[in-house]
Amino acid sequence: MSRPPAPILSVENLSVSLPSGHDRTLAVDGVSFEVHRRQIVCLIGESGSGKSVTASATMSLLDKNLTISGGKIVVDGEVVTTATAERLCELRGSRMAMVFQEPLTALNPVMRVGQQIAEVLQIHKPQMPAAAVQARVLELMNDVRLPKPDALVKAYPHQISGGQRQRIMIAMALALEPALIIADEPTTALDVTTQAQILRLFRELLTKHDSGVLLITHDFGVVSDVADHVVVMRHGKVVESGAPQQVLEAPSHEYTKALIGAVPRFKFRPTFPESRKSVLEVRNLDLVYRTKSLFGAKRETRALDQVTFSIAPGETLGVVGESGSGKTSLAKCLMRFETAEAGDIIVGGRDLTTLTGENLYKHRRTIQMIFQDPYKSLNPRRRVGASLIEGPVQYGASVTDATRRARDLMELVGLKRDALERFPHEFSGGQRQRICIARALAMEPTIIIADEPVSALDVSVQAQVLKLFEELRQKIGFSMLFITHDLRIASNICDRVAVMQRGRIVEIGPTEQLFRHPQHSYTRELLAATPGRSPVVESAQSQRSAL
Amino acid sequence: MTSVEATSKRPRGFLRQLFSSRPVAIGAAIFLAIILVSLCADLVTNAQPFQIRPRMRLHAPDSSFWFGTDALGRDVFSLVVFGGRLSLLVGFFVALVSATLGTVLGLTAGYFKNVDSILMRFMDAIMAIPGVLFAVALVSLVGPSLASIVGAIAFSEIPRVTRLVRSVVLTVREESYVKAAESMGIPTPLVLFRHILPSCVAPLIVQTTYTFAAAILMEAVLGFLGVGFPPDVPTWGNILANGRAVFQRGPWTIIAPGLFLAITVMTINILGDGLRDRLDPKLSRNAKVAA
Repeated sequence: MSRPPAPILSVENLSVSLPSGHDRTLAVDGVSFEVHRRQIVCLIGESGSGKSVTASATMSLLDKNLTISGGKIVVDGEVVTTATAERLCELRGSRMAMVFQEPLTALNPVMRVGQQIAEVLQIHKPQMPAAAVQARVLELMNDVRLPKPDALVKAYPHQISGGQRQRIMIAMALALEPALIIADEPTTALDVTTQAQILRLFRELLTKHDSGVLLITHDFGVVSDVADHVVVMRHGKVVESGAPQQVLEAPSHEYTKALIGAVPRFKFRPTFPESRKSVLEVRNLDLVYRTKSLFGAKRETRALDQVTFSIAPGETLGVVGESGSGKTSLAKCLMRFETAEAGDIIVGGRDLTTLTGENLYKHRRTIQMIFQDPYKSLNPRRRVGASLIEGPVQYGASVTDATRRARDLMELVGLKRDALERFPHEFSGGQRQRICIARALAMEPTIIIADEPVSALDVSVQAQVLKLFEELRQKIGFSMLFITHDLRIASNICDRVAVMQRGRIVEIGPTEQLFRHPQHSYTRELLAATPGRSPVVESAQSQRSAL
Repeated sequence: MTSVEATSKRPRGFLRQLFSSRPVAIGAAIFLAIILVSLCADLVTNAQPFQIRPRMRLHAPDSSFWFGTDALGRDVFSLVVFGGRLSLLVGFFVALVSATLGTVLGLTAGYFKNVDSILMRFMDAIMAIPGVLFAVALVSLVGPSLASIVGAIAFSEIPRVTRLVRSVVLTVREESYVKAAESMGIPTPLVLFRHILPSCVAPLIVQTTYTFAAAILMEAVLGFLGVGFPPDVPTWGNILANGRAVFQRGPWTIIAPGLFLAITVMTINILGDGLRDRLDPKLSRNAKVAA
């Protein structure tokens, strides 16, 4: 630390031990790095790499069953690892502050946001007069570029958007002008356009407040956009660190190379032949959510507005858009989990919207869904085999036939045949998603609806699952409606793409054409906000071919 | 996020792990002992709880009458042990009846949106009636019997179970695996039974133990008020009621059944707390950091 200027954060040889019964003994194993003023250091790794544990250790917010077993952490000249509990309380907030991943759960839902920012000031600076606190709150809200701070101070967290909540969190973190801000996946739960704004905000605040940021992320796009220094972690160890240009363009470690290779990038499929036939045709679909309490007023939300499209046999149609744009509502409508207000859904010559009872039941198997969260889409109490044969048996297959077919499907999706006898918790996220795909295929559907099937997975797993989709399409040849928020993924897998905004399809067309020559301003906005478009990740050549 | 993965892992030695919790083990042991003693009442007592001994009225506890005798000269220990049979039976049936009906109603209310608000307003109405009042009214109307007393007590316990089950159903209903089952055309009763009910079992077990304890107490209250079983039938409430008149001369007539009642209810509650900590960590006060 002798070299000037002294770093704000220096982590030296940090080790954190895990309780017994885990796959390794150390969650963090001999990690060292530094964060300087006006610098954004990105800690990147897949789930289980120990990056979040490192952040928690720095804040001294480790879970009780994790203990620091070696090394030291120095924040702004003060050793955190040996500090007393009271001193730590003073340090948190004043010298270091944390921004969490999920801005909805990190804010108190029953407290006005202005009050929550003020609370930080009141606790750490009790002598500060109330008027000054109020003024400072407004100033902070201005700093994080919140519109109309005067009105927003009185809002409750549920009344503002996700991006605004994250800004409030950042304002709270900034309240005492800490030297170090630790942000744990601050943009993962946000839409791409919001993410871009928040990342820009970090950069801006850094120079203004002269602080340092430790940013934890799994997204190389984020790294290439904002990082001054990158630390790549795997299994609790640092595998590589350095300037982003160096790490991203010329990675020296195999793991880094593999990770970067797995980052989705724009890559278009060969043009899908025009077809007059369609397996699914949706015309002028409307869906309105009504909430009506016993006494209260009615509230109406228009989730789908005149949605019209069709899918040809063997074609994959992508649906992209930000959260709240109606993507998932569309899926629910097609699955008949929600009943459409108006419009037709035509499959095999029949209008689904009017089917009821026995007819609806018969039709069910023609559309199957793959869900976003593989951890929630398999019944944890039932063996995989039981989940897999449930549907076919319901439709009259014998248990032995269904089981035989389930075994074949396991092999088809790249799992062992004996996987059927095991419970879901014995599988990783990627494997679970494979099981879910097999479950959908077991019903022999004509159309598969995949709702963000890879967004809960690590990038390397993401790439594998996408590859599986591609293989299965070639082998079996089903039609698919693929919902995603990531345009890069959409470009890899979709023949055509529909862009949704506020319940409407604003643009629809062949993927390559639509991404190269976007007509609608919203499509352009989405494309511009896609992370990692700087030439670091996209090699110059692929960039040219992509856009 | 962290390496400590949050999987809902079901450990292999489930029962063994359950009983490795001290409250569960102790509670279960004492509770079993109480049940055994009541079942083997003929063996552990002199088997003559109803024998009246006019010359031994209000005999103080000694080696032949462990808990003394009551105003009629009956052995209080025998009375209490025999009385436990009926009290525990009432507790058991109330727990069973309220858990069964409450589960059915809770599943219905939680899963079918259109019946939810109507059904739950009925439950609210039941909860608004004081349980003791209702039980007193019903038992005096129909006449005391095991069925009427169980019914009267269970009636006011049902809404609690219903609310509990409904709350679980409301969250589980939205899980993707339930949606997946629906999309595979699994009939609704089967979805409820296969995919939703198992998630309700843990909180149900916990709630049932509390109901059990509450029912035993309630039966004692009814007996004490004189509207429970006929006064010559030994139950803890009746023994307490009989002892009330002679409390100053023979305090043991109240202390002995009171003690048994208190210990039983406390054990069941400790057992319930222990089970809750084990089965339902989210509700636990001394929950460990989410593992």
